Amino acid sequence: MSRWTRTADPAADAGWKNAPPRKGFFTDSSICIGCKACEVACKEWNGIPEDGLEMLGMSYDNTGSLGASTWRHVAFIEQPRRAVAASGLTPLPVVAARPGENRSLDGAETGIRWLMSSDVCKHCTNAACLDVCPTGSLMRTEFGTVVVQDDICNGCGYCIPACPFGVIDRRQGPAGSRNVGIAQKCTLCYDRLGDGMTPACAQACPTQSIQYGDLDELRVRAQHRVDALHAAGVAEAQLYGADPNDGIGGAGAFFLLLDEPEVYGLPPDPVVTTRDLPAMWRTAAIAGATLLAGAAAAFVRARS
Amino acid sequence: MTTGPHADGAAMDAPRRRRRGGGGRDGERAMVPPATFASYYGRPIVKTAPWERDIPAYLFLGGMAAGSSLLAAGADLRNLPELRRVARIGALVGGAAGTAALIHDLGRPMRFLNMLRTAKPTSPMSVGTWVLAAYGPLASAAATAEIAAMMPRRLPIAGRVLALSARPAGVLAAALAPALAAYTGVLLSDTATPAWHAARRELPFVFAGSAAASAGGLAMVGTCLEQAAPARRMAVGGAVVALVMEARMERSMGLSAETLHAGTAKRLMNASRALTAGGAIGAAVFGVRNRRAAQVSGVALLAGSVCARFAIFEAGQQSARDPRYTVVPQRDRLQRAANA
Repeated sequence: MSRWTRTADPAADAGWKNAPPRKGFFTDSSICIGCKACEVACKEWNGIPEDGLEMLGMSYDNTGSLGASTWRHVAFIEQPRRAVAASGLTPLPVVAARPGENRSLDGAETGIRWLMSSDVCKHCTNAACLDVCPTGSLMRTEFGTVVVQDDICNGCGYCIPACPFGVIDRRQGPAGSRNVGIAQKCTLCYDRLGDGMTPACAQACPTQSIQYGDLDELRVRAQHRVDALHAAGVAEAQLYGADPNDGIGGAGAFFLLLDEPEVYGLPPDPVVTTRDLPAMWRTAAIAGATLLAGAAAAFVRARS
Repeated sequence: MTTGPHADGAAMDAPRRRRRGGGGRDGERAMVPPATFASYYGRPIVKTAPWERDIPAYLFLGGMAAGSSLLAAGADLRNLPELRRVARIGALVGGAAGTAALIHDLGRPMRFLNMLRTAKPTSPMSVGTWVLAAYGPLASAAATAEIAAMMPRRLPIAGRVLALSARPAGVLAAALAPALAAYTGVLLSDTATPAWHAARRELPFVFAGSAAASAGGLAMVGTCLEQAAPARRMAVGGAVVALVMEARMERSMGLSAETLHAGTAKRLMNASRALTAGGAIGAAVFGVRNRRAAQVSGVALLAGSVCARFAIFEAGQQSARDPRYTVVPQRDRLQRAANA
């Protein structure tokens, strides 16, 4: 059972004894090249079915968003240079991290600041999906991650609107196909972690934009990276989900971003909805008591 | 291609910062609509609940059942047999149809019993499942006794058992009924769906009031005038609570209240207000002496409750589809925290 109070160690809190260090992802979008190797590796390792082959008209992003059959999603954002210059942001690529170096092969300025970032389940410290799951299908692993148990989920769908990031979804498809009708999301490759392996996406990432490891160490590493970028003049570099005091108690999978979170489709200030649940239960108790009192009052003078 | 992140669907060359006024209770009030906000190609951030009409239908049916069980227990204790019979059967029908709707909405209906493998106070759906699991058999027992008594031929032993257990079962069902009527407000509010979460302070009252109004309405349809006085009072009281708390809810929801002021949700909520207010006035003014007027008022109250549930359901779904309702209140909250 999850909790209403803050926790620093979700695995121990969930009852794991001698749990290994909490594992997570640090996705450094400043060195993402948009190759989508993470998307492919994730689909292949996890045997995820195809979920639509459409041209979305969103730069090079034809994946769209995370969902039941998309557990890594690379966002592509092309920002016209005019707007970038006016905003004081650094023209990218930030791999070079200097203005004026964003050139095509013939040496011409591209006129574009190009952001790419590989999104994934955040494996929240205080996970709303896990809190609201009525069957106990969603569980906290010994690695501090959040995983759906496919054989237990009955597809009630409550986790889907509960997630402040819009990560988890119910798989659609022909009846009888694998896991159709139940909630699906990133497992942080639970099956690989148990064997001491790296999750498929991080393994496949050619630039180490996706880094996997002990969360404590990743947070230190991420802070060093932000400091280096700031020193190089990339003032807008910011960590997202790395703060244990944020509305979800910090993410197990956090990010380095080069613009505001909402530009990448991430909520700027996510809060686990169950934080307000004790107050909501109190409100419901008062409402119920009001109903009971009202019903009693309706019978005060009644008698046949 | 030079598409960038949408600035509220407006010009592409201003993909960044937007600041504006706002503020108020708990970060969800935004008096001034934002000029622009950033999003990823206008795509939603949170996902809509994968629920279909089953769920708002259940909100109505479960509420009507809960209110009916309260009426039935009162009628039983006050010796109003006709009111008792109508209310007990209403509770059975509402509870059974509501449960069927819930199971039908599951992605894997055959696994519905997995709901009972754990009990979690952090999950309003788990709490509601257990309340319903306890309530259902009790309400069914009370209603079965009514149905058995209406049969032309009496059941010798089973009939006696049913008759003896009807009152305790009915009173226990009524004891659970307030939880059944109010928890659904928490069920919706305990999500990241902007409009539902923003409505959390009032939604249980709106739903409890709507439950009372619908149960009173149903009893007014089926009960003679002499015995329907408690149903009329409950209907009018419930309608007043639902209308007042819904108006208050829209004021405290902040930006996401917009979703109740447009499209399908607006039409449904307007219909709900008219039907609920009209039904309550009809019940109080004409329903006392005129059976036909009481029945028309009762139907209006039932329809008003249906419309309210579907309106609030639809408003929430709409608030999840538009990233504005996720981004702007959160930006406000961050801004206020930075100012503080």
